[in-house]
Parts: sequence; structure tokens; C-alpha cells
Amino acid sequence: MSDHAQDTAEKAVTWHLAEEEDHDHGGSGATILGFWIYLMSDALIFASLFAMFGVVSTSYAGGPVPREIFDLKLVALNTAFLLASSITFGQAMPHMERGQVGPTRLWLAITGLLGAAFIAVELYEFSHLIAEGAGPQRSAFLSAFFTLVGTHGAHVTVGLIWITVMLLQLGRHGLSQPMKRRLICLSMFWHFLDIIWIGVFTFVYLFGVLR
Amino acid sequence: MSQSETPTEPGVHQQSEPHGHGDTHGHGSRRGYRIGTLLSIVLTVIPFWLVMSGVLQNPGLTAVLIFAMAFIQIVVHVVCFLHLDTRSEGGWTLLAFLFTAVIVFLTIGGSIWVMYHLNTNMMPMPDNMVGRMR
Repeated sequence: MSDHAQDTAEKAVTWHLAEEEDHDHGGSGATILGFWIYLMSDALIFASLFAMFGVVSTSYAGGPVPREIFDLKLVALNTAFLLASSITFGQAMPHMERGQVGPTRLWLAITGLLGAAFIAVELYEFSHLIAEGAGPQRSAFLSAFFTLVGTHGAHVTVGLIWITVMLLQLGRHGLSQPMKRRLICLSMFWHFLDIIWIGVFTFVYLFGVLR
Repeated sequence: MSQSETPTEPGVHQQSEPHGHGDTHGHGSRRGYRIGTLLSIVLTVIPFWLVMSGVLQNPGLTAVLIFAMAFIQIVVHVVCFLHLDTRSEGGWTLLAFLFTAVIVFLTIGGSIWVMYHLNTNMMPMPDNMVGRMR
């Protein structure tokens, strides 16, 4: 029993030392750093998917090539939606810091709508491709394409669920300290997904159409 | 951090610093954020324009340019939107990011490099061998 108490005390001390350099936060800083580490590990997942796509990106198996199936106008529209949503999320954060619940919710809702538009366009594109016979089972290139872009889309969908939960919780709890912490994590997650999308539209779509 | 350092009470420590965590992270100067927004829009529009209009008529050069701009845009987003700097969390976020960047580079670059050379250096399989494998 006393051992356990001592353990806890030691942990508290270590905790504090780790945070000391940074001076400000109690606990919340560790959450942010932990979430950052999660994002980095997520980046490694995407790195392996990008690597796989890069390796098989010309294995068409006699099937359609990127130039025939990618509609760059649609991709440009989608990119605009996601980039705009990243920018509007950035608009919400200063309001959050000042503790203004209303504007924070408004910008968050706009971000969510733009994210939903992104997912809608992506689902339209996927269904269109599958209807054309360019589904994931057609060639290695298409399997890798659907895995990479689909994994990104799944992340954005999770982000949308998270945004919805935040909107509901903001109505109930206001901008308490835990809510601020959650919103900071969500904003990191959302900006991170936009960064992954830069890689997707460059490597998969633009470079695919180029060659 | 040395063990001999005596930890002060966390409560006291926290009080000595007026701003909470939200300030350190959400912040990023407004100016930095506006610059980031502007740059990210420009760095998105140009590669799309280059590829969709085909102005350069040189796919190789266009490819180099769009990858260069993607790289710059990623750095802009990380600095202006994710507010990565040398100070936050005592430099640990930067360290984790740099480590991840190295692994990402090795994973993607290495895989493509190795598999490309594997494909080009592979001897074409003679027909009679394919026959025997069946």
C-alpha cells in the first residue's frame, strides 16, 4: 500500500520534471505532446501507404491509367474544400482562446461543413470510378490508390465525428479547460490531415496525370 | 535533466506562469497565420495550374516543380498551422517531428528506389522457364 503511494509520488515528480522546461501547463502539455506523438505515428502509417502506392503506381495490369480516370477539376474542388476547412479552423482558435463560445462553434461548424463537402466529393469520385470498372480490384495501382486515399478519407470522417461531438459538448460545457485541450488536439488532427492531403494531390493526382 | 534538481511544488510553479496551455498552442501569431494562409493558397493553386494547363510542356520539369512546392507547402503548414517551433514542449515536438520526417523519407524514398531498380535490373524471364514454373 505504502509502496503504491510512493510510486504515485515518484510519478508525480517525474511528471513535473518533464514539464519543467516549458513552465506553463499542468497536465495538458503532456496531452498535447502525446497527441503529437500519435500524429507522428499516423504519419508513418501514411508513409508506408505512400511507399506502397509509389512502388505499384505504374502497375496498371492493362487497366485504366491515371490520365484516363482522374478528373483534376474535381480534385481541385476537393483540395479547395479541405484547405478552406483548415483555414476556417484556424479562425476558430483565437475565439476559443478568448473564451467566446458562439464564434468558436460557428467557425467549427463551418469547418465541419467544408469537411463534409470534401467527403461527399470523394465518395462521388470513388463511386464513379467503381462504376467505370476502375475499382480497387482492377489493378495494383487502383488497389493502392483506394487504400491510400480511402485511409485519408476515413481519417477525415473520424475528424467530422469529432467535430460534431465538440459542437455538442461546447453547447453543454462551454469553453472549460478540458474543452480547450480537446479543441487544440482536434485542430492539430485537422491540420495534419490537410498536410497529408498535400502529399496525396501532388503525388497521386497531379504526378499521376503528368506521366 | 539531472536527478539532483529538486522539483518545486507544481502548484507554485503553475501560478508563476500566468498563461495556460491554450495560449502556447493555439497562439501562433495572427500575422504568421495570415502569411501561412496566403502561402498555402498560392502553393496549391500553382501546381494545379501547371498540370491542368500544361504550360511548361516539359513533364519532368513540371514534376520537379510540383514536388518542390508540395514540400514547401508542407513546411508552411507545419510551421504556421501546427505551430511547430523549437520551444513548444521543451523541443520534444520538434525532435519527434524531425525523427518522423527521416523515417518517412527513408520509407517512401527507399521503397521506391529499391523497387524501381529491382524492376529494371530483373532479367526478363525466358518463356521456357515460365513454362516450367506452371
